[in-house]
Amino acid sequence: MLAGVGGQGILLASEVLCEAFLLGGYDVKKSEVHGMAQRGGAVTTHLRFGPKVNSPLIEPGTADLLVAFEKMEALRFAHYLLPGGTALANSQEIYPPSVATGRERYPAGIEERLREFTPKLFVVDALAAALSLGEVRAVNIVMVGAASHFLPLDEKTYIDALRAFLPEKIVEVNVRAFRAGRGLLPAQV
Amino acid sequence: MSNPARQMVKLLSGNEAIARGAFEAGVKVASAYPGTPSTEILENFARYEGVYAEWAPNEKVAVEVALGASMAGVRALAAMKHVGVNVAADPIFTASYTGVRGGLVIVTADDPELHSSQNEQDNRHYAVAAKIPMLEPSDSEEAKDFTKYAFELSEKFDTPVFLRTTTRISHAKGSVRLGEQTGPPFPPGFVRDPAKWIMLPLNAKKRHFVVEERMRALKEFAETFPGNRIEWGERSLGIITAGVSYQYVREAFPDASVLKLGMAHPMPERLIREFAAGVSRLVVVEELDPFIETHVKALGIRVQGKELIPIVGELDPRIVREGIAGGSAPVRAPEEVPSRPPNLCPGCPHRGLFYVLSKQKVIVTGDIGCYTLAALPPLSTMDTCICMGASIGNAFGIEKALGKAALGKVVAVIGDSTFIHSGITGLIDIVYNRGFSTVIILDNRTTAMTGAQENPATGMTLLKDPTHSLDLPGLCRAIGVEHVVLKRELAREAPSVIITEAPCVLLPDHRKKKRPVYEVITELCTGCKACGKLGCPAIEWVPFTPEEAVAAGKKQAQKGISRINPLLCDGCSQCPQLCKFKAILERKS
Repeated sequence: MLAGVGGQGILLASEVLCEAFLLGGYDVKKSEVHGMAQRGGAVTTHLRFGPKVNSPLIEPGTADLLVAFEKMEALRFAHYLLPGGTALANSQEIYPPSVATGRERYPAGIEERLREFTPKLFVVDALAAALSLGEVRAVNIVMVGAASHFLPLDEKTYIDALRAFLPEKIVEVNVRAFRAGRGLLPAQV
Repeated sequence: MSNPARQMVKLLSGNEAIARGAFEAGVKVASAYPGTPSTEILENFARYEGVYAEWAPNEKVAVEVALGASMAGVRALAAMKHVGVNVAADPIFTASYTGVRGGLVIVTADDPELHSSQNEQDNRHYAVAAKIPMLEPSDSEEAKDFTKYAFELSEKFDTPVFLRTTTRISHAKGSVRLGEQTGPPFPPGFVRDPAKWIMLPLNAKKRHFVVEERMRALKEFAETFPGNRIEWGERSLGIITAGVSYQYVREAFPDASVLKLGMAHPMPERLIREFAAGVSRLVVVEELDPFIETHVKALGIRVQGKELIPIVGELDPRIVREGIAGGSAPVRAPEEVPSRPPNLCPGCPHRGLFYVLSKQKVIVTGDIGCYTLAALPPLSTMDTCICMGASIGNAFGIEKALGKAALGKVVAVIGDSTFIHSGITGLIDIVYNRGFSTVIILDNRTTAMTGAQENPATGMTLLKDPTHSLDLPGLCRAIGVEHVVLKRELAREAPSVIITEAPCVLLPDHRKKKRPVYEVITELCTGCKACGKLGCPAIEWVPFTPEEAVAAGKKQAQKGISRINPLLCDGCSQCPQLCKFKAILERKS
């Protein structure tokens, strides 16, 4: 399950992941919503793969992997995690309107609260990695790279998916973003 | 065969699959008005070679264009969101009487859960009311196959055909086997046939008999339609279902017997009876209204439905499992975190206008578009929102109810595309009936909410051909609005239109422009929060404790400072104008 803020490129990241699973020989389904929800709101993509997939939606309490592109969004959708599932969160904070206008505070202790859902919590700074590549919009593919540690495909399949899916002029920066993301976590996690 | 067709598999959304199905069926003309979750059907169809695809000003026109193409013997498609069918209902109900020549398919994309809609109406009722058959795919593969099938049905039974999706079909991706392009079995050409195409009462009455006979024939056809099928499993539980609910049922009850209906209307009576007789407990699982359930009950069959499955919102496997089997899986409650509603983009040209309106004591009747988000805090500058174009009629109604007391107090706000869709007639009403309401047309040169589609005022077609750009001020003047200006017109005792011209920040031309980013000079910020009232996502409030305030060199009582997120700032320069302390400046680096 992918979660984040409208505008972070979650849709594109999920397209690349779907393409990779298809190349990897899996049946894939994914579901998301377009339109009003995308304008800076909380967005999710449900992505399921396997020999045969029926429902395009993930039930709460059953997600093997939650990939949150924004820290607070990890917490908002943590209840989707399977007990003992893996949570991967970007440490980036994007304030929602109530916080940005001072009516509420950005929640403290998010990592501790996430650990109550699962001990398998990994927090990465995808924004810094993307900025070091000079492309803030690459946060999404950095997160795909980090998430690849928890998915049963080899590196080449993702790179092939990026090449198959993206316009040629942005392939290279995204391949670098993918590798940078993969490098954010040790090989054996 | 020496050259066997290669079965290529692609991952397609339901909307992409419908576009592919239309292409494979040889559709020549497709028309639509953008609306979530239907928009991508035409966007994708337009990319195929040798087809004509267009954005119509509204759904009614889209159906009329598609019907015209059908009259001339080509296969044609019209696509719209569920509420678009309300707009198009007039031609649809009579197209049912005329029937077709080239196959005619009308796609209705419903939105259970109201992800991006003003209601969650169940458009299966339209199939019954208009006496038009309706197919309902349950994944992308079926979306493509049923689209092709719909054109065959349309020509075989001389009827328009509805194809109904929901958000989780239209916007879910799944694998699809691509096929070859086929075409209608006859060449294009308009053949005069007054008894079929001229719906004078005399002719229409005769056609009504044809419609009833057709529906009888279709009911018989439904018994053998391969999209209606029984999957026998354990006989203790039998579930009748359709659309995406079928997937949830298979997930929740892999061993149950299932009657999957690919045709929502008409339904196969004998097949339903056979299935009901073969299971000991019968349940209908469907989103929204008890449509199948009511039909099954009308056959005198005992069945459970909405007493187990919610009538509001969309379903998922858990809702289906717990509704039927009872009990509930131990699932943790969602964590309490600040809500994150959608917001106008940083730099959105609508923001400044709504900020100004928020300072007037006026009633703001709103409409359908991104700007409806101005209803949310901190702008909170919208009092009504009903349907496409309603802002203008609503404003005029309020004016008539309040009389002179409403002078200068009622403002309608409407986007350029929405105004063209169905705001024009409302404006004519105000002028014709001597009103004085003020109408603000937010002209951002695109149809933004659905992802920046062209419209009659943008000077570009869906197929990216340059075209005439509708002259909005000229149109308003022609209607009889004498005061069409870009300044405040509230107090005038005559109808007036204000047109704000500022392109959407999501348009490629705007995104390419390099603009300065702004920053808050910490030393100068007094924490007055004036800039925060814009509700810009880039402006963030940093709260202080008294100690932090002192440490930052501020008075102990200062509650915090504003900060501008440089990654979000669009450089629109709206916020510096609100800062009395000149604390917001262009960022140097």
